[in-house]
Amino acid sequence: MSTNGTGPTIVLDGEKVAFTPGETVYEAATRHGKDIPTLCYDPRLEPFGGCRLCVVEVEGARAPVASCTARCQAGMEVRTRSARVEVHRRTLMEMLASENREVDVDELTSLASQEMTELVDRYEARTGRFQGRKSGASRPDDPNPFIMRDYDNCISCYRCVRVCAEQEGDYAISVKGRGFDTQITVEFDGHLKESACTFCGQCVHTCPTGALGDLKALAHREVPGDTKKTRTVCPYCGVGCSVDLLTRGNQLIGVHPAMDGPANLGALCVKGQFAFDFVQHPDRLAHPLVRGEDGELHEAGWDEALDRAAEGFLRVRERYGRHAVYGVASGRAPHEAAYTMQKFIRGGFGTNHIDNCSRA
Amino acid sequence: MSNPLADMEKPDVIFCIGTNMTECHPVAATRLKRALARGAKMIVADPRKIGLAEIADIHLPIRVGSDVSLLLAMAHVIAREGLVNQAFIDERTAHGEDFMKHVESYTPEWASGICECDPEDIEQAALLYGGADRGAIYYTVGVTEHICGVDNVQSLCNLALMTGNLGREGTGVNPMRGQNNIQGAGDAGALPNNYPGFQAVTDPAHQEKFRRAYGRKVDLETGMTKVTALDLCGDGIHAMIIDGENTLVTDPDRHHCEHALKSLDCLVVIDIFMTETAKVADVVFPATAWAETDGVCTNTERRVQRLRAAVPPPGEAKPDWWILTQLARRMGWQGFDFGSAREVFNELCALSPLYNGLDWDRIDLGEYQWPVPTRDHPGTPRLHEERFENGRGIFKMLEYRDPEETVSDEFPMWLTTGRRLPQYHTRTQTGRSSGIDYLLAEETLEVHPDDIARLGLEDGGWAEMSNPRGCLHVKVRATAKSPRGTVFASFAFEDVPVNVLTGGGYDPVTQTAALKACPVALKPVGPPPALGQTGGDIGLGRL
Repeated sequence: MSTNGTGPTIVLDGEKVAFTPGETVYEAATRHGKDIPTLCYDPRLEPFGGCRLCVVEVEGARAPVASCTARCQAGMEVRTRSARVEVHRRTLMEMLASENREVDVDELTSLASQEMTELVDRYEARTGRFQGRKSGASRPDDPNPFIMRDYDNCISCYRCVRVCAEQEGDYAISVKGRGFDTQITVEFDGHLKESACTFCGQCVHTCPTGALGDLKALAHREVPGDTKKTRTVCPYCGVGCSVDLLTRGNQLIGVHPAMDGPANLGALCVKGQFAFDFVQHPDRLAHPLVRGEDGELHEAGWDEALDRAAEGFLRVRERYGRHAVYGVASGRAPHEAAYTMQKFIRGGFGTNHIDNCSRA
Repeated sequence: MSNPLADMEKPDVIFCIGTNMTECHPVAATRLKRALARGAKMIVADPRKIGLAEIADIHLPIRVGSDVSLLLAMAHVIAREGLVNQAFIDERTAHGEDFMKHVESYTPEWASGICECDPEDIEQAALLYGGADRGAIYYTVGVTEHICGVDNVQSLCNLALMTGNLGREGTGVNPMRGQNNIQGAGDAGALPNNYPGFQAVTDPAHQEKFRRAYGRKVDLETGMTKVTALDLCGDGIHAMIIDGENTLVTDPDRHHCEHALKSLDCLVVIDIFMTETAKVADVVFPATAWAETDGVCTNTERRVQRLRAAVPPPGEAKPDWWILTQLARRMGWQGFDFGSAREVFNELCALSPLYNGLDWDRIDLGEYQWPVPTRDHPGTPRLHEERFENGRGIFKMLEYRDPEETVSDEFPMWLTTGRRLPQYHTRTQTGRSSGIDYLLAEETLEVHPDDIARLGLEDGGWAEMSNPRGCLHVKVRATAKSPRGTVFASFAFEDVPVNVLTGGGYDPVTQTAALKACPVALKPVGPPPALGQTGGDIGLGRL
């Protein structure tokens, strides 16, 4: 890709490319198709420069530069995959792999959970060269049913801390200790429920190592089949957050936030993230019901139930006139439900006796 | 919303009133928090010290139902201090001069006697909003669920009109809709006064359009609202079909509601669970749920988005549109030949001027916010940019009115109701989603510690809460989140059915129920007997 001749440019791996003023080297390079590794980067968050994997060589600079925090400057010459930075990255990955209990985590752990595994493989970093002390202490004592806190697998990238502060504005997650002893925690080192945590799950789904996990999705680990994703919109409030439903076969097993959702840009709340399994609850109505002569509701076939309902409406219309029938549409069902309901009343009975549930 | 959700990050001054956004629209609230982090100021008017109030620059703890007085006084200060946008008033509004005269006598001191806020705080809030280059108003049902709901909204419009805070980035008068497709239900024409696309049923041109489309004459008059219909059950209304609403629990005055539904000759309910309402139906149809249904919904910023099925429904459950189509055919009606959700939605698009430019395929990525009048139209993220749809923005001369029922010696406490973050509505869904009850397993009545002492209650003890409509028992929680004299409970839990108490009137224009201001009496009672010892009807007795 090349520049159209106007605006500032940098030289990226020998090719002159345009950048937008204020853009970081990482952003410009990614936009131009470069695959720079990183573990602390989340495009929704402020640049952090924590993991040092995104370092690039900049002509004239003494040491490699973290591309996620360095802003493009006109004329800058950048090498994203020189032998020197690749060696640096491999060493870093070997060190990161060595401090975690495990590198391979289940794909259901979270949206970003495979990032670390992929980089360990890409840099062939399973060498065991730095084996020894492990960092981070897991919190299996936290009884919350949503968020696994397995800090044995934490690399202190701070993505959870930052997403909670910058994206959610909740500042529930904090850090204690420094250096190798850094531990991600919450206030008073307690359980999430006793903290400012709202269980929105944003920390889980930005975690690149599986240190934080979606316990509801992980409970379906044993369900056979490939995981399929279907884009839809959350069923709760009116904000209209986009989500990706995770399914295996006919089973709904989890929800991922949709980073490109136009209304939410990846954000969700506890309901959108975790309150999805009502759909396949055994209490679901699965058959039509009609009230019998005994006064109780009994299962019936569609034919019988539809006939009973139609007869009921026709009888009332005959006895009391068409204005004696009223329709209530749902603010929870799709347009097609509301539209057909109002057509049923208007096109059928010829009245405007139709409303929805917005008045109470 | 007049403005897109993205604009929530852009105001200089945010004015939230009657919206507990961090609990009811948490993702929208994150955008306001980002605006605050950027340096925006926030005013929050709400009786309770809600999450937003904790992070506000000014919290106005208004007495429930007193919004109009506060908003008149804010208009008074803005006019008095010359913070009006005269160019906007001249070019785009009507009756501006009358309005400035109207608010002359409504001082913050006057309002303070009604809304119980410090006059100095009212003054500061007015100066803040009035002085903003970009001032944005956000509200929810805390504003509308009063006998003066329309007056409240129009009072907010007056503020936006006088300051020119409409039609620009980071401004607007923005209602946050509370259900995933409550906007869409209105868009689709499920209203007694409007055909699809908010086309008035009383307009002869619209009548002719739908006569042709539906092949039959439709009444020329507006239909009745659900509220009126429930009042007339057994006496004019004898059959009802209810889709996906637990009317019996969510509507005010539960005893009245239950009696109404039981007095119908024919009640048909379409739902996904055996709700309290379904239990009293003659026929119950099982509907497909979210994640099982292909369809369309519209969010609070008028964005039209696709819902997609990912799993098959249980048993013989069917989409709502299919059920209604089959029923219509058995009634012998024409025009119900829909074979798919796509066909239904495309018919709606063809009949609604707001959707004329849309169809099933065009909304695939959710890029469009209505109105989208033509195929080449980009959609309308922000309303009122160049002009108002109906010509000029009209100032309304409003007066404060007391709620229909006010506190007395006998019923000295205000009950106000709402939602809590982890649970949704009557828990038909969140109550059946594993883990949610870990976060909130029971309802408690939030009472100020001083009131607890005054009324002889106990933190963690039980109270009997009553008024002439009903009576219930609820566990008490001491919290300064409630102001003195006002208590709060959600309507989520079946064993604390607060809507047996609500029902003190309706807005005369919209017939929206006054659910937010309800005088009650409170007295201490012992804990309920252990489960299994009674018929499970604890606290539901009528006075």
